[in-house]
Amino acid sequence: MPKRTDIQSVLVIGSGPIVIGQAAEFDYSGTQACRVLKSEGLRVILVNSNPATIMTDPEIADATYVEPITPEFVEKIIAKERPDALLPTLGGQTALNTAISLHDAGTLDKYGVELIGANVEAINKGEDRDLFKDVVEEVRKKIGHGESARSVICHSMDDVLKGVETLGGYPVVVRPSFTMGGAGSGFAHDEEELRRIAGQGLTLSPTTEVLLEESILGWKEYELELMRDKNDNVVVVCSIENFDPMGVHTGDSITVAPAMTLTDREYQVLRDVGIAIIREVGVDTGGCNIQFAVNPADGRVIVIEMNPRVSRSSALASKATGFPIAKIAAKLAVGYTLDEIPNDITEQTPASFEPTLDYVVVKAPRFAFEKFPSADSTLTTTMKSVGEAMAIGRNFTEALQKALRSLEKKGSQFTFTGEPGDKEELLREAVRPTDGRINSVMQAIRAGATPEEVFDATKIDPWFVDQLFLVKELADELAEAPELTPELLAEAKRHGFSDQQIGEIRGLREDVVREVRHALGVRPVYKTVDTCAAEFAARTPYFYSSYDEETEVAPREKPAVIILGSGPNRIGQGIEFDYSCVHASFALSDAGYETVMVNCNPETVSTDYDTSDRLYFEPLTLEDVLEIVHAEAQAGPIAGVVVQLGGQTPLGLSQALKDNGVPVVGTPPEAIHAAEDRGAFGRVLAEAGLPAPKHGTATTFAEAKTIADEIGYPVLVRPSYVLGGRGMEIVYDEARLESYIAESTEISPSRPVLVDRFLDDAIEIDVDALYDGEELYLGGVMEHIEEAGIHSGDSACALPPITLGGFDIKRLRASTEAIAKGVGVRGLINIQFALAGDILYVLEANPRASRTVPFTSKATAVPLAKAAARISLGATVAELRAEGLLPRNGDGGTLPLDAPISVKEAVLPWSRFRDTSGRGVDTVLGPEMRSTGEVMGIDSVFGTAYAKSQAGAYGPLPTKGRAFISVANRDKRSMIFPARELVAHGFELLATSGTAEVLRRNGINATVVRKQSEGTGPNGEKTIVQLIHDGEVDLIVNTPYGTGGRLDGYEIRTAAVARAVPCLTTVQALAAAVQGIDALHHGGVDVRSLQEHAERLTAARD
Amino acid sequence: MTTSKQGTASQRKGAPPAVLVLEDGRIFRGRAYGAVGETFGEAVFSTGMTGYQETLTDPSYRRQVVVMTAPHVGNTGVNDEDPESKRIWVAGYVVRDPARVPSSWRHRRTLDDELAAQGVVGISGIDTRALTRHLRERGAMRVGIFSGDAVRDDAALVARVQEAPEMKGASLYEEVTTEEAYVVPAIGEKKFTVAAVDLGIKGMTPHRMAERGIEVHVLPATATLDDIYAASPDGVFFSNGPGDPATADHPVALMQGVLERGTPLFGICFGNQLLGRALGFGTYKLKYGHRGINQPVQDRTTGKVEVTAHNHGFAVDAPLDKVSETPFGRAEVSHVCLNDNVVEGLQLLDKPAFSVQYHPEAAAGPHDAAYLFDRFVSLMEDQRA
Repeated sequence: MPKRTDIQSVLVIGSGPIVIGQAAEFDYSGTQACRVLKSEGLRVILVNSNPATIMTDPEIADATYVEPITPEFVEKIIAKERPDALLPTLGGQTALNTAISLHDAGTLDKYGVELIGANVEAINKGEDRDLFKDVVEEVRKKIGHGESARSVICHSMDDVLKGVETLGGYPVVVRPSFTMGGAGSGFAHDEEELRRIAGQGLTLSPTTEVLLEESILGWKEYELELMRDKNDNVVVVCSIENFDPMGVHTGDSITVAPAMTLTDREYQVLRDVGIAIIREVGVDTGGCNIQFAVNPADGRVIVIEMNPRVSRSSALASKATGFPIAKIAAKLAVGYTLDEIPNDITEQTPASFEPTLDYVVVKAPRFAFEKFPSADSTLTTTMKSVGEAMAIGRNFTEALQKALRSLEKKGSQFTFTGEPGDKEELLREAVRPTDGRINSVMQAIRAGATPEEVFDATKIDPWFVDQLFLVKELADELAEAPELTPELLAEAKRHGFSDQQIGEIRGLREDVVREVRHALGVRPVYKTVDTCAAEFAARTPYFYSSYDEETEVAPREKPAVIILGSGPNRIGQGIEFDYSCVHASFALSDAGYETVMVNCNPETVSTDYDTSDRLYFEPLTLEDVLEIVHAEAQAGPIAGVVVQLGGQTPLGLSQALKDNGVPVVGTPPEAIHAAEDRGAFGRVLAEAGLPAPKHGTATTFAEAKTIADEIGYPVLVRPSYVLGGRGMEIVYDEARLESYIAESTEISPSRPVLVDRFLDDAIEIDVDALYDGEELYLGGVMEHIEEAGIHSGDSACALPPITLGGFDIKRLRASTEAIAKGVGVRGLINIQFALAGDILYVLEANPRASRTVPFTSKATAVPLAKAAARISLGATVAELRAEGLLPRNGDGGTLPLDAPISVKEAVLPWSRFRDTSGRGVDTVLGPEMRSTGEVMGIDSVFGTAYAKSQAGAYGPLPTKGRAFISVANRDKRSMIFPARELVAHGFELLATSGTAEVLRRNGINATVVRKQSEGTGPNGEKTIVQLIHDGEVDLIVNTPYGTGGRLDGYEIRTAAVARAVPCLTTVQALAAAVQGIDALHHGGVDVRSLQEHAERLTAARD
Repeated sequence: MTTSKQGTASQRKGAPPAVLVLEDGRIFRGRAYGAVGETFGEAVFSTGMTGYQETLTDPSYRRQVVVMTAPHVGNTGVNDEDPESKRIWVAGYVVRDPARVPSSWRHRRTLDDELAAQGVVGISGIDTRALTRHLRERGAMRVGIFSGDAVRDDAALVARVQEAPEMKGASLYEEVTTEEAYVVPAIGEKKFTVAAVDLGIKGMTPHRMAERGIEVHVLPATATLDDIYAASPDGVFFSNGPGDPATADHPVALMQGVLERGTPLFGICFGNQLLGRALGFGTYKLKYGHRGINQPVQDRTTGKVEVTAHNHGFAVDAPLDKVSETPFGRAEVSHVCLNDNVVEGLQLLDKPAFSVQYHPEAAAGPHDAAYLFDRFVSLMEDQRA
């Protein structure tokens, strides 16, 4: 029974901005789904507020709405587009929750929209813990297996405290209902912890509900990915085993596919339970994942939870097996059955089977605790990682070591030199799960720990523990061997040792090891991920390396372009770079090249086997890339390697690749150096006569002090060669400068600290541009809402710039061209300027695709990354204009006056982190980037666009109620007009005494509230923090006070995060918000698709 | 925690070199695994990621050298509950990365030790995927594994492999059948009696019947029709087993006798091939067979797809799209493998008899096809009524 004929159009809801627990994987799944639906001849309507996604590319859907994913906005889209059906299972928890809200509000009925892929009852049964327990109980009655952990549902703190007694005491697990990525859940070992975790959980849960559960800490943890079609055919796509036992969120665990330590009998029990659950819950069509805990002592199986939708694990399972879950879920949703869908990889067998693996997949999480130094780094049942790397090997050790080096983080690989440390101390350390615990375990093993001791400390399965011993024993052999024999080298490589690791152990340089290895003929082969363990021939070249015998890379004739991706998502390098890589692949394929993608991030569109002609799922280290280049060079001609689009990761390889004779195309490594090296870049600026803020470099405090004294405080200090403003800080006085230098571990003579004059009150401007050596194409000019000093990744910005005139654009264009030319760019360049007074300073230039490329491309309806890829391979701007890839006339600097205004807003992960005593982390923005994602608001005027960006990022701006204002002295002047506007819109103002006084003097009434430091008043007057906690404040404006007085602000801002009250921390944001509130008051905020925006823009251009 | 013998990387490397030699001359070099010595058989690959104990002890693997496509084997050691028969039957075992330390609350021994104790010659550390692809492209073929003193120069080894007997035309069920008849009692209330002809029966099969109230009388392959009916069975079962079904004349004749009497009949695997022959269809050797636990089979009577366990190198040649006239009335293909349209089940429309080519008892493998035992029970119920 093929496709349903009663559905002509489908609304797909995306997952919005990248946040912890909901990341790029939903772009991957959503993109797959949209493509499938479109190819089935359906009209696809898409809503997603995240511009950095492939799914929001105008060609993926028929109507693309970059609008907030709130029930209000989605209803507007439904009213306008009148879709027949809504597919809510591919956009994570955000999409599912929005769909449920629309259902509950009667919106779907009102417009006759059918939910497909999941019904409301099934969603509730899967997500509501109480209902799910009943499901598991039903299953146990039917098949005799599976049970839930003993638990109690609680709706108040009283329930919670009683619940602990029912369960027999601490520790207990707290799990709030209906939150994503396990937000708000955790272990409570005593009443204090319980009150804190459960209190927050009750707040976070949209149904004010938490579940208390018996502790199954230390049990083995498994996950199954299942799919069901309308004929009740069910398949298990993948089994996943967690290296870290129960207690660590699966998103934060090292995970392994397939399951490694189950017999068939035990595995089949999980499978039977899983299938019975998907039936009992009633997931009609589509995928779900189910998590299990297994007691290592007796095999008792507990069902932990299920997600009745495509999830992060589905993306991992798809990449791990080659079975595209989202794509197939979309087909099932429109009526196909599994046996009617062909397996893409074999082409001749159907999708109604279960993939079997002849390799091992390891996923390792990437954390960003260095960005949140005060946050507690203990891993719990709340997800804290910001990204992940996946690696494939022919055995566990090979996959594990590849995964660890894919993380591309100092210390992520095992190290076998130096003193390991004290065994007891290391074992004690390993008890607490943290980022890098596996490295502590390895050091403990080096320090003499036995397998039993390791198991006792960590409860990591003995088989995995032995694999670590195997790695360690090989390291010992490498260290002790009189010489590197081919046998020993091959054996080490078979267990995943990198040339760099071997070099470290042998005291050799990495390139020397490589030379020896090549001379001895020890090179990897490339195997295919084929879903069937070679039972059938694979048609899809999806490769991984292994030190085995036979390679499967086929010869080819067309010239290949190898595109290096960006690796695991991290703060500062996320999905935006994947977007550019995918665009390059599409554009170069259209231009007649064979495209070869290299990446190790399972969440991405770039690692979809459909995206490029060939996919290498490999770490992005020099060694791994050189081997791929070698393998492809054996297969056919190579036109070049693209390093410019994947962010700092591939860019950092540029010079070394060139030194090894690899044809790097686009901006040459020397030009990259000219932009990144302070001295070289200074010369470029001087030649072009462009000013930069005064600066100097220092390796000691004395040097730094001299520079700072000369240029004057405040100064901006940062280590060199970092991404995302790592370690960057605005320093206001000498004392802090001294402590900064003392604390900074990364300063050395070869890595000096940079000291810049900090431009107070400057307007920061970002420019994305293309340069072909002759002609500049100004992609877009973005004006930051926050002042210079806030990292550009964390700052909101508007395009076209809202306060810059034609003269400014002209200056920006001239400066950009001079820099692009001076540096020697061939492709994209991103430059940050600061306009202070009337001087346009150059802050920095990055000769690569920037984070803002997707935003700029969408705002101006021009595919910049595609153009950049073509320029890299020799096309000129003029040719691309003639071809139609770039507009025939004008560019991003000459947008028509009625062009829509796009606002980008950053999304920050504050609510995810707590310090060790359980308090929130401070939310003040600074020069170090900490946002995980972004949204875009687009409309004809700035106010509405800004309001949309806020609604997309944090929830709608309030249009009435109480606004609390407390600003630093320097901000008091600029606060007056916006404050007056708030009053005019009917807000009641609250302020601390100082701010209230200024307001009153300006004729604005404000109620004085008590500071936190003043405590509760004599008549029980609440402090501002208490008011926020009690939900009596609707909008907070709180700007930090430089060095002093931060504490009160800290309490206010963390309370705002806990209660999800909009909190503006700069006066510029306040001014923008007031414009937004004004727009909302005038009503009539409507929605318009990107395609409609583009049509108008194109018409205006011609 | 339980750990047993802790090997080391160097000990593993200390295992003697081993050579795997295919009849077409392709050679893989690795290390000995299990027993050291030499062995010959038909090289086949199994794609199951779990269930090595069940695979090793499945009598259908008699005279076959099994290549595991899953790289890690032995991770859960060896326990006393999961074997499908009293011994390991595979002629040789090929794995990539054997476990050094098993981990399971049920394990008693390591797989390495178990293989050595039962004299099963194996090899580890070879590119099993390359070998699998070779067998896929060239078809199942004869193979030899040589380790220790058995290693000679390559040409000599190839010659020896080429001297080994072929699977086509091999009659092997007599070598694996039980010597004595035995009874597997019903679990709970006894409802039916079934005579099961053991052509290499797996332990889980009578167990699945016993779970349904069936007392199973397991008979040697040499049993006569009188032996079968001595227990007054409600139904007769023909098991799985090794070898070429074209050689199995005695069991075919036996089955024809049962069909004439109209006793409810169920066959699995070899039993399906026997039913095919009993009905007058031919059998043929597949290029490289179906061996794994992920095979999609469609039940053509319901349209539903089940994920099933397979282990067969031969198949029945019956028309897929029509009802056939046979000496026992009309017959049709009831099940088909969706990967390659191979006949996976037969049923008679005028008599209570059916069979499947795959393994509903599923050890190892998914339980999707367990309903077939219920169908057998229904046939017996209907016959009584």
